[in-house]
Amino acid sequence: MENDEIKEEPIEQPDYKPFVVLGDEYQTLLNTMFLNRKPYKPVDHKKIYSFIPGTIRKVFVKEGDRVKKGDKLLILEAMKMNNELCTLVSGKVKKIYCKTGEMVTKSQLLIEIV
Amino acid sequence: MSLRQKTVDLKKRMQGALQGGGEKAIEKQKATGKMTARERILAILDDGSFHEYDLFVEHAGKDFDMDKKYLPGDGVVTGTGTINGYPICIFAQDFTVAGGSLGYMHAKKITKIMDHAMKLKVPLIGINDSGGARIQEGVNSLAGYGEIFYRNTLASGVIPQISVILGPCAGGAVYSPALTDFVFVVDKISKMFITGPEVIKTVLGEDISMEDLGGARVHAEITGNAHFFSESENDCFEQIKKLMSFIPWNNTKKAESFPPEKPRHKLFKIDDVFPTDSKKPYDVRKIIMAICDDSDFFEVQELFAANIVIGFARMDGQTVGFVANQPMVLAGVLDVDSSDKAARFIRFCDAFNIPLITLVDLPGYLPGVDQEHAGVIRHGAKVLYAYSEATVPKITIILRKAYGGGYIAMCSNHLRADFVFAWPTAEIAVMGPEGAANIIFRSEILGSTNPEETRKKKIEEYKEKFANPYVAAAYGYVDAVVEPNKTREYILHSLEISGHKHEERPVKKHGIPPF
Repeated sequence: MENDEIKEEPIEQPDYKPFVVLGDEYQTLLNTMFLNRKPYKPVDHKKIYSFIPGTIRKVFVKEGDRVKKGDKLLILEAMKMNNELCTLVSGKVKKIYCKTGEMVTKSQLLIEIV
Repeated sequence: MSLRQKTVDLKKRMQGALQGGGEKAIEKQKATGKMTARERILAILDDGSFHEYDLFVEHAGKDFDMDKKYLPGDGVVTGTGTINGYPICIFAQDFTVAGGSLGYMHAKKITKIMDHAMKLKVPLIGINDSGGARIQEGVNSLAGYGEIFYRNTLASGVIPQISVILGPCAGGAVYSPALTDFVFVVDKISKMFITGPEVIKTVLGEDISMEDLGGARVHAEITGNAHFFSESENDCFEQIKKLMSFIPWNNTKKAESFPPEKPRHKLFKIDDVFPTDSKKPYDVRKIIMAICDDSDFFEVQELFAANIVIGFARMDGQTVGFVANQPMVLAGVLDVDSSDKAARFIRFCDAFNIPLITLVDLPGYLPGVDQEHAGVIRHGAKVLYAYSEATVPKITIILRKAYGGGYIAMCSNHLRADFVFAWPTAEIAVMGPEGAANIIFRSEILGSTNPEETRKKKIEEYKEKFANPYVAAAYGYVDAVVEPNKTREYILHSLEISGHKHEERPVKKHGIPPF
């Protein structure tokens, strides 16, 4: 065993990192796909995000408005299609982060409801 | 006219067609660091072997004043030749002629050479360098693409199909390479995408360069669309020639055999690279090189999903396919990408009579929300499917860890490996010692006066009892526990013994693999 350890000293040691799989920890390199993975966030229906990049064509509500589940909030045009975004929760419109004509990217926060 | 005059006339006509898009266009092509279509073909094929067909084909465009235009060869060069004496059908799109755009006759030339390849049962190489569909020819260009895709699909698993991306390959055009077996890309020259940066910008407002969207590196590292990456066109052609030496002409043949050679043991010794502690990393490619002929391992998809290693090598002169977990990257886990990568390679080898050698050293499938949501179940199942379906000789060597689902997936006895060998360092168990001890002895650990001490003791106990190859060997799931230095000998013998292997599968139209 001791002999093994002496031999294992390489000239240039790659930058190995600890990596746990089911309770056991291994020394290994982490690839970019793994490092770039997005941490999971539970879905919060009170925050309305753009599900596709596009253009805001119309906003139906104002800040302070009361909305019921199913109410239309805005129209997001993407891929030549007008998508109506409706709320899945009832509440009050806290803040609107976008305006008509604005181009939005994917997963951009558009409206917050409390 | 005399024969001589006729010949002079022929030569004149040929000259006209052979000039491609003319001097200016060729100059432009060279300025971007690219070769012309004919230069590329000549560089790939054996000297003097190229014979060109359909040189005098003319385009079929009638609208938008296209009928007044002359496009030599309609922007694509097709023909036959040899690589290391191997017969080959080949086509190369000529970017100097109308941007290599694909019109009706251009597609006809390609499908004609594809039909030839299928009839003659020889490999097909396609060099893609095209701006896309020829808009002026409308739906006929679309029809052309469709005819190519259909033939790609029918030829899949019958003849090897190779795509070389040496320029833009955009829109529908990308699906032909995607349907072929191996895709070659060259840094800064190859570009592949469904919709280009301009469309993405106008429609979606996202700003990205062509290189970052669909450059060679992107496809070699991130998407996995490309199998071979190189820095120059000439390096790329050398890779193609090397690949051709490893694969057969068609699915009824075996790959050409070469004189047997011993591994270069001075450079690659198992003892030097292999740590017995299963938590320590090493480069599994060095183990492969310590086993295969001349330590010559030709890796496929080197940059993509590096946690699994796939590629070709020879054992006593015969081509084999290696699939090996790479403990150096992500501890060698199977995840969405590595499963996909391995499964496709296994199916290629099975289709083309190439025996599979699997080296196992993995802690299992990668846990995590991102993996689960990315479909690790569906993708992971591809490995099970591919191994179970394969009827070529299958030899598995378990080097160290073979835990849980990973053990089953990596060509275990249960998926009908013909031979499963394990090194004395193998740990064939349902999971790693720490994880297992924590679950099995949970109440004992928590109930003891010194839980940390008990945990350590229990982990040791589990290691002692289960982290070895002998439990599996006792059930006959491992055929032999072998000394690492005798691995090559065991593999050579297994290959020799299974030289006439014939295994039947239930008759069906086709299976439904999880893709």
